[in-house]
Amino acid sequence: MMLTIKDLQASVEEKTIIKGLNLTINPGEVHAIMGPNGAGKSTLGYVLSGREGYEVESGSIQFENQDLLEMEVDERARAGIFLAFQYPVEIPGVSNMEFMKESVNAARKERGEEPLSAAEFLKTAKAACKQVNLPLDFLKRGVNEGFSGGEKKRNEIMQMILLQPKLCILDESDSGLDIDALKVVADGVNSQRDGERSFLVVTHYQRLLDYIQPDYVHILADGKIVKSGGPELAKEVEVSGYAWLEGHEEASA
Amino acid sequence: MSEQIDQALARKYDAGFVSEIESDTFPIGLDESVIRRISAMKEEPEWMLQWRLQAFRSWQKMKEPDWAHLGYEKVDYQSISYYSAPKSMKDKPKSLDEVDPELLRTYEKLGIPLHEQEMLAGVAVDAVFDSVSVVTTFRAKLEEAGVIFCPISEAIQKYPELVKKYIGSVVPRSDNFFAALNSAVFTDGSFVYIPKGVRCPMELSTYFRINELNTGQFERTLIVAEEGSHVSYLEGCTAPQRDENQLHAAVVELVALDNAEIKYSTVQNWYPGDENGKGGIYNFVTKRGICETNAKISWTQVETGSAITWKYPSCILRGDNSVGEFYSVALTRGRQQADTGTKMIHLGKNTKSTIISKGISAGNSSNAYRGLVKMGPKADGARNFTECDSLLIGDRCAAHTFPYIESSNPSAIVEHEATTSKVSDDQLFLCQQRGLDTEKAVSMIVNGFCKEVFKELPMEFAVEAGKLLEISLEGSVG
Repeated sequence: MMLTIKDLQASVEEKTIIKGLNLTINPGEVHAIMGPNGAGKSTLGYVLSGREGYEVESGSIQFENQDLLEMEVDERARAGIFLAFQYPVEIPGVSNMEFMKESVNAARKERGEEPLSAAEFLKTAKAACKQVNLPLDFLKRGVNEGFSGGEKKRNEIMQMILLQPKLCILDESDSGLDIDALKVVADGVNSQRDGERSFLVVTHYQRLLDYIQPDYVHILADGKIVKSGGPELAKEVEVSGYAWLEGHEEASA
Repeated sequence: MSEQIDQALARKYDAGFVSEIESDTFPIGLDESVIRRISAMKEEPEWMLQWRLQAFRSWQKMKEPDWAHLGYEKVDYQSISYYSAPKSMKDKPKSLDEVDPELLRTYEKLGIPLHEQEMLAGVAVDAVFDSVSVVTTFRAKLEEAGVIFCPISEAIQKYPELVKKYIGSVVPRSDNFFAALNSAVFTDGSFVYIPKGVRCPMELSTYFRINELNTGQFERTLIVAEEGSHVSYLEGCTAPQRDENQLHAAVVELVALDNAEIKYSTVQNWYPGDENGKGGIYNFVTKRGICETNAKISWTQVETGSAITWKYPSCILRGDNSVGEFYSVALTRGRQQADTGTKMIHLGKNTKSTIISKGISAGNSSNAYRGLVKMGPKADGARNFTECDSLLIGDRCAAHTFPYIESSNPSAIVEHEATTSKVSDDQLFLCQQRGLDTEKAVSMIVNGFCKEVFKELPMEFAVEAGKLLEISLEGSVG
């Protein structure tokens, strides 16, 4: 088992957002979480990555036989949890290259591996940069500094490729992307599917799932998974939206 | 988040050890006889003694300035000693082999080996311990190029004409309270002379160490760059961890003649005091340079230490087309207080100045930028650009900006930009989510903020400065 979430209840600023969520992800699986705005999709990503302010009230999360809730944000990251942000923040003056080299070497250190030399890292970084179709000068630029929305999303995928995590959580990585950028993001993700790495793809729209084929689709509404199924469930949402959710009104953003 | 950051900031000061060295230290107190004794110890000529005495008489009539944004108990100038030197230095060791090994070990522990073969290639060092210079390296090599690099006490004896001509020419001996005190009691420091047209073949550097208890350090540095010459100079400073405050009042004078260039960098890591503000160095420093035609002076400082910092490295742009630059990173944490900045005095035509100041405040500290840009009536076409950024870490610290602009020339252009930002939860979370611990995350964000200044430091020292900030923020060593 890669990830097991049992009866999870979590709150933000004392408001309960996740209200009894169960989910199991096996190695190599791609799970999509869909649902109306305000259902708790992004909250789930933050809870899994351990962000401060996201309080787990009850339930448990096991990640590869470890109690995830006992771990700090950076420990979870080094253990292999990666969150691709919906709105990545800028860190002025810190080059993308430097930032990612530190990240990659922190993960390597955790695994008992030698740090990559500057030359070795540069080589892999250049390849990853090309893979997400960003010009190489993005490696030298400050982290997300002055990047467009689409560039930021592609930059996130580049980091994912470099870090080689075990579980990738994509938080609305499709929002604000045109079709070409969307394909680049999807290709980047698909290139990392190796039968071992698992994905949790959080999205409002079915569109992304045309390019990233999920194994399972879950509909999240009012903090609970109300329906699970195969890729066909996403198509259903495409046709009928979320209005069919009985007893779960669509909340506004 | 602020709790995490506080932990990340709880650092030890690694340079805080005391060296067991027997010293000759004057009894505490200050009067004319003390000055006569200092002058006699240094075997100075009569004119130097008279110069000191005149400075002392001016100082007695002056009042300690209180305009800075600093709060501290005033120093009792009669309760400190004005001279302390290791006993072993009395015999004036002629080579490194004759220097007390304990002294050499002190510098080694600080990461500054004084044996030339072990040193950073291309850097000559003058090591000043309390009131005396211990050793100056690579002198022979520098002499080949005609460069003089020696303790100022030695320069007064060997090159009296040069010293007499330039000492006090940039910072007059009664310039201000602390400068006057320094002029009266200065003990050692470095003297640099670069002849006409010479590009100094090495980086020059002075390392100041205060060791003795209740002793003030009053060093004086004088750098003269003749026409068309070029020199890059760096100073570093540390002191033991003591519960008592210690006084450091230095004067630095730079003279850049026509077409000359002086780059002066400082990495200041005096003991900052403990978390509750006990102990630490009081750092009251006057630094000023004068630029003749087409000359350039560039000040770069990284300030992480001292309980109190009062320091405004300045440029007088007297010659036409001369250039002044000031790049500063000042980090305060714990109970540290800094009031620092620069003065750019534009007198000549088409003079240019650039000020980039980065203040980082953490803990309960207070960090103020104070800068003056003055455009004289003859400074046609003069330009200044000032950028002044503050970064706050946590919610108990403070940042202040006091820019003063005085323009008497309508063709002069002054630009000022200022920003204040905080290390945000979002930035910290992004770094942590990528596997970096809080300490590393904070130091990376801070280093990014300082980048514009670090790139101005000589390469070897840019790395060192980055590390110093990291260390200051890390809590491992310091």
